[in-house]
Amino acid sequence: MNILVCIKQVPASNKVEVDPVTGVMKRDGAASKMNPYDLFALESAFRVREKLGGKVTVLTMGPNQAAGVIREAYAMGADEGYVLSDRKFAGADVLATAYTISQGIKKIGTFDIIFCGKQTTDGDTAQVGPEVSERLNLPSIANVFEIDDVEAGSITVKMDMGDSIQTAKIKFPCLICVDKDIYTPRLPSYKRAKATAEQEVTILSFQDFEDQDEKHYGLSGSPTQVKKVFPPAGRADAERLTGSSGELTARLYDKLKELKFI
Amino acid sequence: MYNKITQTDIDALRALLTDPERVFSGGDIAEEYSHDELASTKVMPDVVCKCMSAAEVSAVMKYANEHKIPVTPRGAGTGLVGAAVPVNAGIVIDVSGMDKILELDPDNMTVTVEPGVLLMTLGAYCTENGFFYPPDPGEKTATIGGNISTNAGGMRAVKYGVTRDYVRGLEVVLPNGDIINVGGKVVKNSSGYDLKDLFIGSEGTLGIITKAVLRIIMQPKFDISLLVPFPSLSDAINAVPAIVRSDSQPTAVEFMQGQVISDAEDYLGCRFPSSSNSAYLLLKFDSMSREELDRQYKSAAELCLSLGAEDVYLLDTEERNESVWKPRGAFLEAIKNSTTEMDEVDVVVPRDSINKMVSDLMEISKTSGARIKYFGHAGDGNLHIYILRDELGEAEWHKACEDAMELMYTEAFKLGGQVSGEHGIGLVKRPYLFQSLSPEVLGLMRGIKAAFDPNNILNPGKVCQ
Repeated sequence: MNILVCIKQVPASNKVEVDPVTGVMKRDGAASKMNPYDLFALESAFRVREKLGGKVTVLTMGPNQAAGVIREAYAMGADEGYVLSDRKFAGADVLATAYTISQGIKKIGTFDIIFCGKQTTDGDTAQVGPEVSERLNLPSIANVFEIDDVEAGSITVKMDMGDSIQTAKIKFPCLICVDKDIYTPRLPSYKRAKATAEQEVTILSFQDFEDQDEKHYGLSGSPTQVKKVFPPAGRADAERLTGSSGELTARLYDKLKELKFI
Repeated sequence: MYNKITQTDIDALRALLTDPERVFSGGDIAEEYSHDELASTKVMPDVVCKCMSAAEVSAVMKYANEHKIPVTPRGAGTGLVGAAVPVNAGIVIDVSGMDKILELDPDNMTVTVEPGVLLMTLGAYCTENGFFYPPDPGEKTATIGGNISTNAGGMRAVKYGVTRDYVRGLEVVLPNGDIINVGGKVVKNSSGYDLKDLFIGSEGTLGIITKAVLRIIMQPKFDISLLVPFPSLSDAINAVPAIVRSDSQPTAVEFMQGQVISDAEDYLGCRFPSSSNSAYLLLKFDSMSREELDRQYKSAAELCLSLGAEDVYLLDTEERNESVWKPRGAFLEAIKNSTTEMDEVDVVVPRDSINKMVSDLMEISKTSGARIKYFGHAGDGNLHIYILRDELGEAEWHKACEDAMELMYTEAFKLGGQVSGEHGIGLVKRPYLFQSLSPEVLGLMRGIKAAFDPNNILNPGKVCQ
């Protein structure tokens, strides 16, 4: 089994300062940690490896210091790690990020399963995982909260569909985004951290990729333009709709129509 | 010997409080006033006075003293030894409403509080202001007044000491109604007998605390915990003295058995991040600098490995800390949940005798016929042992419980231990205190009680009586 886990370094605390002028998060000097959702993806990968054997590779994208999360993954039991790092990748939105990651994966090799966390605690979009699968032309499945079975060639999982649970069996290769609490993540081991202190973390940059068109990466490859970031003003006049997804859709449609938004 | 409360007394007490509605009598008294958290003994008081100031406490005490009516002080009622149970009925003075933080003095590094301030409120207040109140008893909804009255300890005692080490001054209402101040904002004090230290741990038998000046320190900026699996509980406990005397200065050293962790998992419905080992030590470190913290925990990790630890797991984020400290915090509730009724022992032994004490518990469980669970503060020798009733019949349970207690305390005293590490003596642990102290020491304690309370009206029948 060849398993890949996509992980990300995020601020250690949710009390991150935002620059009042630029609206950009102040990441410099702030303590960081592995995105908590990715810990569940890593643990899922380890459980599959325990059952079927093989290798767990981890991949992250970010500045060189993002190698810290790769080392952390080594201390938890990962076998090999890569950082996608280049100034040309800076300012990427979800689409450019997913594209960069897909290029990185193509360079590293092929995998039976790619595990991602549901979302990150600093972006909260939950889009990068599924978009990576699209770029790699792989079947993907999200909101996975349980692995029923894994065997040579396929994995059977349960998805949380909000008001129902869907069980799906997917053939390898595939990409799976796991939900919080699928398993309690194992803790990093001091012994393993020491044993892997000298282990290599491979840095891949733009020049290693197959697609050499700079316009597909970073800010220039991002259709999303952030104009301003600001804390939302509290609204006292909010109206809360409750009900099943079917009822909510109908009521939301009526409401938007009534307000002449559609 | 005490006078029974009459309607005249109730009316008089109503006139003493600024709001007569804060005096409750008869059927208007809530059931909770009859017991504390352990609830093994229940007695309803005749009157409850919810006092809001030292002046009100003083007025009620003065009246009670003159009319020979017993008074039992009460905070949040989270005690475990019956100190707040009004065994002679009479008046309960509830000071939980006196819950204001009066002053933060950054230059003298003190915080002045009323007795009803909850431990969790004080902790959060200090943190918000960049300070730290180190005592950390497990029960965060206890009042500071209660913490002082039992000299509560908690997990950080290894590095930071106990409540006594953080009390600088007290305002106390004496049994005759006089209001006195002992200690103050001073760091040093060699001025006569230290009455402040007498009130600390006196469980409301010498006076009622109405204000406390507490010492605070600067908030450590960084912390990390280590979960350390060992092949057996005795291997884990054997490693403790070396860890405590090392230069790594842990703030907490707890031991945990695999079985108690399983109970907590079932109780909380979540899985512990490591469950294949039979015993663990849980260590915590804090520091003002990242570099110093790294040095401390790495030094401790190496030491643990050299003492037979199977690995050392790092709890370096909020989520990882929660995945271990949350089950640790739920041990008491989880054990409670696993049985029908239980009794507790809060014995403390010298650090090097914990293993002997723990190994005897298995034998005691067999001899007495009661199931026994325990966990504890390995760093300070304080064990929390629970005797569980399960399906035992009433008579069988009482006999098993009594036998187990007797055997445990006898063993603890042989090892140089004391009856209580942090919960106190109150009502229910008196027989064991009497057994452990010499007649001379007990005589002095009773003399002190008589000097403070000649009419024996304040929390009678507790601690040394």
